[in-house]
Amino acid sequence: MAEIKYTDDHEYLNIEGDVATVGITKHAQEQLGDVVFVELPDVGKTVAKGDEAAVVESVKAAAEVYAPVSGEVIEANGDLEGNPGLVNEDPEGGAWFMKIKIADKSELEGMMDADGYAKFVAEQG
Amino acid sequence: MRYLPLTDDDRRTMLAGIGVQNIDDLFADIPDDVRLKELVDLPRHASELEVERQLGAMAARNTAASSVPFFVGCGAYKHHVPASVDHLIQRSEFLTAYTPYQPEISQGTLQYLFEFQTQVAMLTGMEVANASMYDGSTACGEAVLMAQRLTRRTNAVLSGSLHPQYRDVVVMLSDMSETPLKALSADPEGTEDIIASIDDDTACVVVQTPDVFGRVHDLSKIAAAAHEKGALLIAVVTEVISLGALKPPGEMGADIVVAEGQSIGVGLNFGGPYVGLLATRQKYLRQMPGRVCGETVDANGKRGFVLTLSTREQHIRREKATSNICTNSGLCSLAFTIHLSLLGEAGLMKLARINHANAIALADALTGINSVEILTPSFFNEFTIRVPGKGAAVIESLAEKGVLGGVPASRLVPGQKDLDDLIIVAATEVNTPQDREVYVKALTEVLS
Amino acid sequence: MSMNKAGRPTSAQSGQKSDHPTFTGNKALQIEEPLIFEVGETGKTGVDLPEPEPHETRLGGLERQNIGLPGLTEPEVMRHYVRISQKNFAIDAGVYPLGSCTMKHNGRLNEKMARLPGFGDVHPLQPESTVQGALELIDTLAAWLLEMTGMAGVAMSPKAGAHGEFCGMAAIKSAQIAKGDARSVVLVPESAHGTNPATAALLGYKVRDIPAREDGTVSPEAVKEALDSDVAGIMLTNPNTCGLFERDIVAIADAVHEAGAYFYCDGANFNAIVGKARPGDLGVDCMHINLHKTFSTPHGGGGPGSGPVVFSEAIAPYAPVPYVVRNGDMFSLVESVDAAEGAKPFGRQTAFHGQMGMFVRALSYMMSHGSDGMRQASEDAVLNANYIRAGLRDVMSQPFGDQVCMHEVLFDDSFLKDTGVTTLDFAKAMIDEGFHPMTMYFPLVVHGAMLIEPTESESKAALDQFIATLRDLVQGARDGDLVRFTGAPHHAPMARLDETRAAREPVLRWNPEAPAEAAE
Repeated sequence: MAEIKYTDDHEYLNIEGDVATVGITKHAQEQLGDVVFVELPDVGKTVAKGDEAAVVESVKAAAEVYAPVSGEVIEANGDLEGNPGLVNEDPEGGAWFMKIKIADKSELEGMMDADGYAKFVAEQG
Repeated sequence: MRYLPLTDDDRRTMLAGIGVQNIDDLFADIPDDVRLKELVDLPRHASELEVERQLGAMAARNTAASSVPFFVGCGAYKHHVPASVDHLIQRSEFLTAYTPYQPEISQGTLQYLFEFQTQVAMLTGMEVANASMYDGSTACGEAVLMAQRLTRRTNAVLSGSLHPQYRDVVVMLSDMSETPLKALSADPEGTEDIIASIDDDTACVVVQTPDVFGRVHDLSKIAAAAHEKGALLIAVVTEVISLGALKPPGEMGADIVVAEGQSIGVGLNFGGPYVGLLATRQKYLRQMPGRVCGETVDANGKRGFVLTLSTREQHIRREKATSNICTNSGLCSLAFTIHLSLLGEAGLMKLARINHANAIALADALTGINSVEILTPSFFNEFTIRVPGKGAAVIESLAEKGVLGGVPASRLVPGQKDLDDLIIVAATEVNTPQDREVYVKALTEVLS
Repeated sequence: MSMNKAGRPTSAQSGQKSDHPTFTGNKALQIEEPLIFEVGETGKTGVDLPEPEPHETRLGGLERQNIGLPGLTEPEVMRHYVRISQKNFAIDAGVYPLGSCTMKHNGRLNEKMARLPGFGDVHPLQPESTVQGALELIDTLAAWLLEMTGMAGVAMSPKAGAHGEFCGMAAIKSAQIAKGDARSVVLVPESAHGTNPATAALLGYKVRDIPAREDGTVSPEAVKEALDSDVAGIMLTNPNTCGLFERDIVAIADAVHEAGAYFYCDGANFNAIVGKARPGDLGVDCMHINLHKTFSTPHGGGGPGSGPVVFSEAIAPYAPVPYVVRNGDMFSLVESVDAAEGAKPFGRQTAFHGQMGMFVRALSYMMSHGSDGMRQASEDAVLNANYIRAGLRDVMSQPFGDQVCMHEVLFDDSFLKDTGVTTLDFAKAMIDEGFHPMTMYFPLVVHGAMLIEPTESESKAALDQFIATLRDLVQGARDGDLVRFTGAPHHAPMARLDETRAAREPVLRWNPEAPAEAAE
């Protein structure tokens, strides 16, 4: 059973077993505006929680996507290279960024669920 | 004061409207003890006529290139610029516009930048180019940084025949960023083996053609050797007219081409402002420094141009930007574009042939003097001669005879003794057969 | 992920189309013009050249066969560039209040002087004996800059502001290395120009942000808190990017020096204080001067610039080569590090000696204005900005309250709240009214920022019209006249452009093989 978690850096993690599928939230892509470029990590790279793992660029802004958990990058979403606009169209579906094999599940503690994240976004105004 | 529209009445009315007593109330945040109470110790304002007199007197102390037989090159060249170029670049709409951040009212600037990028790419044989850098030397420095980002390596290998001041720029950048560098020593005889210096840590190899001594290089083998080790080849061109005669670096495997564009449209200006060209492969686009202009459409579907890919730049990426560069060389790139539009392929290739022919004629005439030897069997419009004695003294004596005969190699590389008797000589379309005769006669006298 | 909310819509929205389309697509003086490549032909040329004498070649077997560049005759070239020029806004055409850019009038005498053959037609590597006047000009301008800033030394060669920033920070780094006190961190306020952190990073420094206090300035306490033995220096813009003079600048400088660090002042906004205060009296160690802002050398559509850097006694010995040395009436150049007697230059930043053409223009400007005119220019620049502030303060919103500003006044977008109009829409509507928009969305610390810098070149009548126009626009936004804004500009040569498309599928050149639209 997949479980979805959110970080206060506006990333989501779709967790199945020990693999987290990571992307940026619908709210995040709205803030960025039209996404024009995504730079993804190399598959096989080991990232630590909080590392810069990817870069997402819109016309007016560039943002680092931080690894929300530590682990090995086992897959990166090649679709985004040719079609960065997918991040705007389907951020929490087809426009995932990377899959990370979670090294330490305790890092997931304290992350928000969908309701918690919605509340968090609303509070931020 | 002819430049300040406000009258004293205006100033009084405006201060009252703001709600302050006097102008110093608006400067109250400057601590009183550091606020200037008196005028600084400089002359008061001056009329146009007075300024013209003073600056005219300074200008008169210089020998203008057009006024004498002139053979000085080494990275800046005396070429004839059509009158229409200077006329067009002084149009207010070009001269007094800022960076085209509002594309709806900046299509003039954006369109010429797009044309400039296209011309630079075609000229260098590359796929894409940016909207210009400060000059060739700083473009060279930026190209090395770009190669370091692309390869994730730090070592640059610089040919000894790279313009020494370009080399100094790259060396300074490497000193200040504490990255290793291999700079080969000056090589007027053309004997260096740069391929032997490429290894698995090499980020890039930097080679100039025609090099600072004038020699023409086939870069293909160096490119292949660099690529085999995972390094990039940066080709440097300081005389861009040569691209009207010589196979472009892009056809010889260069990954980044940087050039000084001064020869087309810009003029000598005692060294600046000039216009740096930087071109590369499409795949390296996102690591290219500087502004770029791209094509798009407006809300009515009409073709137009905008600055694009600006997320690489400092105003968005800040400390993660590809470069700190902000200003480019806009108006000089316009001059370049207009001059090159006038020349076209046919004109540029003919101009290049004239330059080459004049240089051959001059080389033959100078080597007709017994004690003069030429070091560069292949060249475009510039070559190196060896004279008995010190090159610097010979150039000084020629200047006294009213001939600006070239650049002593020792001026560019003061430390290297074996260069002391070398002079680098350039010939362009501006030189007449009479200029040549005067030069040969003067040099013969100086050497005898 | 990190968030950047400095938002503006970047794709084109449907604009209002012309009611009466013309056959050509032209609109009277606005004439459609294709690219030069679509007009010219490869066989054609607009330069008459003699056929060279037949000769052998010595090109090492590397002859080029073709280039593909089209050529045009002179009348065609004139028409092409005149037509496209008419699609540009310019200072000479109207108010250009671009904050932090100092779009002042460009005196034409300066152009004339730069074109004197004795300046424009001399080569940087001619013998020194043949360029004494050129060296004298550089030396004279250097002396004027030192007097205006109260500093000890100057590097003339930097080519633009960011190049000057690098120069200053490289000199600071060298000074600290020479003292055996290499450091790794540079303090940069959040409101700084992007070039500051980019420059620090280029020199290998880590950047530590300094928050601004509520009134938009930097507090000495915040600086003290961030200072430690790793800090090489601070890069502070003064007056700052919010248009305010950093009133605690002396205390900040003292704190920085006490920690063994140096003070780099970004001189982008020097136009506010020329003749009113000298950086040398404020504790500054290095400051670049944008000759293309403060001293009126033309911006030329984005360049060329020129960014000489002035130094304190402590840093001056590390200034780069080349520099001019005066000996009585004679001048010489120091061109190499080894030839620098009694100094320790950090190296060379560029070939040759700097932006001579800009030096001539700047000195021509300075001589024309003189000590009295330059002070008056700064006073007028500050007066004009405050006059705009006073004219708009009741209808627009200032992020740090209504306080006296320097030469530029900053508004935020809270006055547009609930109108459906964004800062971008507001700016684009200004275009229709015949004004160049102000700087938008900068500084980043202010939401929907609008930074207005009128400069001293505007008359009271021009300012009054500007103020009246902005007041009318504010009223229009409040009245819900959305079409005026969201579809703007309606009357410019182009409607809003699709920046998203340009960035997603970059087309950076015309392509001879395929129609440009289909090209990669």
